[in-house]
Amino acid sequence: MVDTFLFGGMPYILIMIAIVGSIWRFTSNKYTWSSQSSQFVENKTLFFGSFPWHYGIITIIVGHIVGLIIPQSFLWWNSVPVRLYILELSGLALAFLALFGLLALIYRRLTNTRVKALTSSWDVLLLIVLLIQVVTGIGNAIMYRWGSNWFAAEASPWFYSIITLNPDVSYIANLPLITKVHIFNAMIFIGLIPFTRLVHFVVINPYKYLFRPYQVVRWYSRSEKTPNIVQYK
Amino acid sequence: MDIRAQLSMSFHMDKCIGCHTCSVSCKNVWTTRRGAEYMWWNNVETKPGAGYPVTWEDQDRYRGGWEVSGGSLRLKLLKGPGKIRSLANIFFQPNLPTIDDYYEPFTFDYQHLFNAPAGDDQPTARARSLITGDFMEKIVLGPNWDDDMGGSPLYASNDPNLKGLSDSQKEMLTKFHKLFFFYLPRICNHCLNPACVASCPSGAIYKRGEDGIVLIDQDTCRAWRFCVSACPFKKPYYNWANGKSEKCIFCYPRTETGQANACAHACTGRIRFVGVLLYDADKIEDVAKSSDERLVEAMRDICLDPNDPKVIEGAIKAGITQDWITAAQNSPAYNLFVKWRIATPNHPEFRTVPMNFYIPPLSPILHDSKAGSGGVFDPISDEFFNDVDKMRVPLRYLANMLSAGNEQVIAESLKKQMAVRMYVRQQRVGDVGESKVKSVLSDVGLTAQDCEDIYRLTALGTFQERFVIPETHRETMTTVEPRTMYEKRGTIGFGTKKQHLVSRTW
Ligand code: SF4
Ligand code: SF4
Repeated sequence: MVDTFLFGGMPYILIMIAIVGSIWRFTSNKYTWSSQSSQFVENKTLFFGSFPWHYGIITIIVGHIVGLIIPQSFLWWNSVPVRLYILELSGLALAFLALFGLLALIYRRLTNTRVKALTSSWDVLLLIVLLIQVVTGIGNAIMYRWGSNWFAAEASPWFYSIITLNPDVSYIANLPLITKVHIFNAMIFIGLIPFTRLVHFVVINPYKYLFRPYQVVRWYSRSEKTPNIVQYK
Repeated sequence: MDIRAQLSMSFHMDKCIGCHTCSVSCKNVWTTRRGAEYMWWNNVETKPGAGYPVTWEDQDRYRGGWEVSGGSLRLKLLKGPGKIRSLANIFFQPNLPTIDDYYEPFTFDYQHLFNAPAGDDQPTARARSLITGDFMEKIVLGPNWDDDMGGSPLYASNDPNLKGLSDSQKEMLTKFHKLFFFYLPRICNHCLNPACVASCPSGAIYKRGEDGIVLIDQDTCRAWRFCVSACPFKKPYYNWANGKSEKCIFCYPRTETGQANACAHACTGRIRFVGVLLYDADKIEDVAKSSDERLVEAMRDICLDPNDPKVIEGAIKAGITQDWITAAQNSPAYNLFVKWRIATPNHPEFRTVPMNFYIPPLSPILHDSKAGSGGVFDPISDEFFNDVDKMRVPLRYLANMLSAGNEQVIAESLKKQMAVRMYVRQQRVGDVGESKVKSVLSDVGLTAQDCEDIYRLTALGTFQERFVIPETHRETMTTVEPRTMYEKRGTIGFGTKKQHLVSRTW
């Protein structure tokens, strides 16, 4: 019963919160749609936090997404044991990299008075959620080995059942507690997106930078049909 | 040809008295907000001096501006072959100045003077950080920390413009009989090839087509801070309280209605001139790629003669209105920079094609104690006109700062300024000699009329002559959404007044 609520109902509630909340914040308060950088007031510890954290966690999240959407790819890769070891070990290494970065960031928020002055309660909540997520992830990887294999048999089908609007919690029911915490916490994370600095990874602008010309010019006087942004060489 | 108009400010450095009235009026209008206390959109630096932020001119450290590599222009910040490198640094920027390169904003605990309990000692007002609210043990840096060469062996000796000066020339910092300094008032240059715009991954910074003012769209800015690193003049400032970058907005709410900028309007020394330049936007890239030697010349070439009928015709075709063309014809910027060639851009070698111009300062001829005069200091030359290279401020220094190292450009300006002085002195006092004045004028290539005009503008210029600013006619423009204007009421320019924008909780 509890499982049905936590893994059958809550995903929809939290995903709806994420979508509706994001639309609401973007339309009503576009101004705050960013992660407020504090590098300007402290940049020494930040280096040891931000770099490892972002590069570690981004790779791992991409791995999770690929695993959820095309689990066959992982099964195929893992069919040779050596490749399984390589995958699991590099995953673990990246997780420790991310954990190191995260601890550095938490340490920085706790000790630097300037950064502290710029820290909101949402930031604190977010750091706690992230810490739980990374620690349970690493715990999973160490205690219940070869997750990249059983992930495909347990989590992926559940994920499919959620997105096909036919939730089936039986896949989840028998998972160890730490895995359940990991999965549930991930949904909390998604629900937090619109209320925290997490919105910054739903920023779609920067990729455009790679294709746009260097210079941006806006005209007030050109008629509506003219694109507002024109290029000069 | 793609004719565009640009608002441009010029500065007569000889006349700047370093009073900071400009900085204060700018601050009072735009940046008296939390997170913006340390921002000086207009600041005045003593030169030689370390500047604000400290050694901003040192691009080995900050990597601002452009470089030419393999025949194409590239942001120095990128280091690698493409923009991808810049995005890789999006989580942490190695070249970003921090608040410690400016100063930790502070106030004083004045209340304590009133509330302190009776005691044996006078109460004091201790400094309190505006970021953390804590008392500060010691104030270690502030705006104009090395004003008037205070502590120059510590600060001014780091001035990057001293590069290439001989040891004896560097004594202008320390030896009393060689000592000289002047002021460099700085606002954003509203460049034609702005590095800030080019570096912004969000596309939040843009140049306005109509008047060339460079602005940061506050709703689109995502706090990536690339503009702060990329601008070689360090004129975008990061607002640490609300996580947005802000910069000098050329007082566009004032200039749009034909009023002079707050700094220029307030200027005590009347050193500032504001006017319109017409230029050919197709040539910007070529100009930015010119060799150091040719940079200033190339920048003069890109400006179009507003009296040329072909240019006027082209300008009208490009949608530039008659009052802007008339303003361009009376423009102090065009006269100072292109026609009389006595003003030059600040650090053109950063290749952003900056659009503010400076008339380099004259200084006294060097003195020396001759053996025969018993230790009395005499000028080392009586030939004032030709010996611009014997002035206290070395040509090399001015050239490093104002002409990408081309001493010829600086010498031309200094000689012209001397020539105007001789011409006017001959008119007033008459002790120079007609023939001497004639030869000097033909030497520097000025006519008597030019001298009259330069004298008129730089010494006597009225408000209307110094500030020739046409209105922008926003009422006729199609892309301004009245509804957004309505929502923006209560915000001052780009600064935020609304409380919820200042104290972010997200
Ligand atoms: S001076 Fe700096 S901020 Fe101003 S336009 Fe040029 S590059 Fe941009
Ligand atoms: S107000 Fe004018 S004279 Fe005074 S410091 Fe500013 S630019 Fe110089």
